[in-house]
Amino acid sequence: MEILSTLGETGISTLRDVAPIIAVLVFFQVVVLRRRLPHLGRIVRGFVYVLIGLTLFLIGLEQALFPIGETMAKQLTAASAGTSTEVRWDDYLLVYAFAAAIGFATTVAEPALISVSMKAEEVSGGALKARGLRIAVAVGVAVGVSLGCFRIVTGTPLPWYIVVAYLIVILQTFRSARSIVPLAYDSGGVTTSTVTVPVVAALGLGLASSVPGRSPLIDGFGLIAFASVFPIMSVLGYAMIASWRTRRRDAGNDTTDSSRN
Amino acid sequence: MARFIRNLAKGILGAIRDLAPIILVIAFFQIVVLQQPFPNLGSVLVGLACVIAGLTLFIQGLESGLFPLGEEIAQEFAAKGSLPALVAFAFCLGFGTTVAEPALIAVAAEAADVASEAGAILGTESARAEYAFNLRMVVAVSVGAAIVIGVVRIIKGWPIHWLIIGGYVTVTLMTPFAPEEIVGVAYDSGGVTTSTITVPLVAALGIGLSMAIKGRNPMIDGFGLIAFASLTPLVFVLAYGMVMS
Repeated sequence: MEILSTLGETGISTLRDVAPIIAVLVFFQVVVLRRRLPHLGRIVRGFVYVLIGLTLFLIGLEQALFPIGETMAKQLTAASAGTSTEVRWDDYLLVYAFAAAIGFATTVAEPALISVSMKAEEVSGGALKARGLRIAVAVGVAVGVSLGCFRIVTGTPLPWYIVVAYLIVILQTFRSARSIVPLAYDSGGVTTSTVTVPVVAALGLGLASSVPGRSPLIDGFGLIAFASVFPIMSVLGYAMIASWRTRRRDAGNDTTDSSRN
Repeated sequence: MARFIRNLAKGILGAIRDLAPIILVIAFFQIVVLQQPFPNLGSVLVGLACVIAGLTLFIQGLESGLFPLGEEIAQEFAAKGSLPALVAFAFCLGFGTTVAEPALIAVAAEAADVASEAGAILGTESARAEYAFNLRMVVAVSVGAAIVIGVVRIIKGWPIHWLIIGGYVTVTLMTPFAPEEIVGVAYDSGGVTTSTITVPLVAALGIGLSMAIKGRNPMIDGFGLIAFASLTPLVFVLAYGMVMS
């Protein structure tokens, strides 16, 4: 009975969540563009799926994704905390390793990233490889989330890290080819998927509440910010290395050609 | 019917592929490193099944009805829409897709719980719901604004990096003046806005627009809308925190 009422409540709030996007599309199609809705039956069916799907997802979120992130944070800190009462950053190596692993693993298989990187390979005429781009982004997320955990453990202010990251991105922007820049900026946004965000957010909050002296309110957030800025750096870096290697290979070919002659 | 089942099976496989890396990493750390049992394993597994089924249906529903309609409208406006109509559509698209974004709902709920536990807002259910709702509205408005800026940029052909760098500078200047407890939430809000619903629809608008306008290159001008959508929420949530305190 309790499950039914949870289901009903979540369903109603989901309806409120999904209504705006439906209203926007129908309004612009019917009122502004003055067109009939194509395949009305399919749209209505799609709407019902979206509704049921989001309801189920939100129930699973409370029951699985949040607890997973939180439990892992608690168990890892319990396993790695030293005997001294003082917080030492190198007691938490396990946490950083877990953060890096989960950041890399969730990103490399992310569908939004796969489609963006394939598009990038296509538009760049093959100069960028979809696989290389995906790995660059995944490494960026892994380093970012791991460093974010280090920040939570040490309790250092979040803005310092992010502002320094911004400065590096700005410097890299001026050293990069103009065509890669928008793509690199976008790759920061697409890395954080619907499944990854709750797990990573709960990891940060769990970590902040189990490390002594940290407050979830001040220290718990920020992991997603790291996961969105670091891929920009790694993609710009990857593009620099790719163009440097192409140039060196071309130069290398020239010398072998001339030596053969 | 056969096609429906095939699509469903494809969707379930896709959702499992999304979750598999998380489960593998956690299983490795639990079994090899920590050597501890996972508490409430049964209820977590039921929840994961809900997540898989939910995401499958959600994406299935988006692909069967909303995405084709959204892409069609986006291309239509990109090809011949008047500027005010295009701007209005861009704002509504950003706002509408962000409000329904599951990742944002999740983070807003967590932020409300944390804020009420720390005493920043009242501990009642309604205070938490109101906080989460306001946060989501602020972020949704900011994404609407971001898509408008991005669309105007594509039409005018402004270079993206000056706008992004300007955004970074704004965020940096605002941070010292914002209340400390909003900073983390604000910085995180940039990453959560752009996932399941927003990315495909917004990318369709950007690429359609840059292909329709003469002298625009989809590689340079088509991308970048998502970058704005991950930056403006920082500015808006920081401003919201400053106004509220």
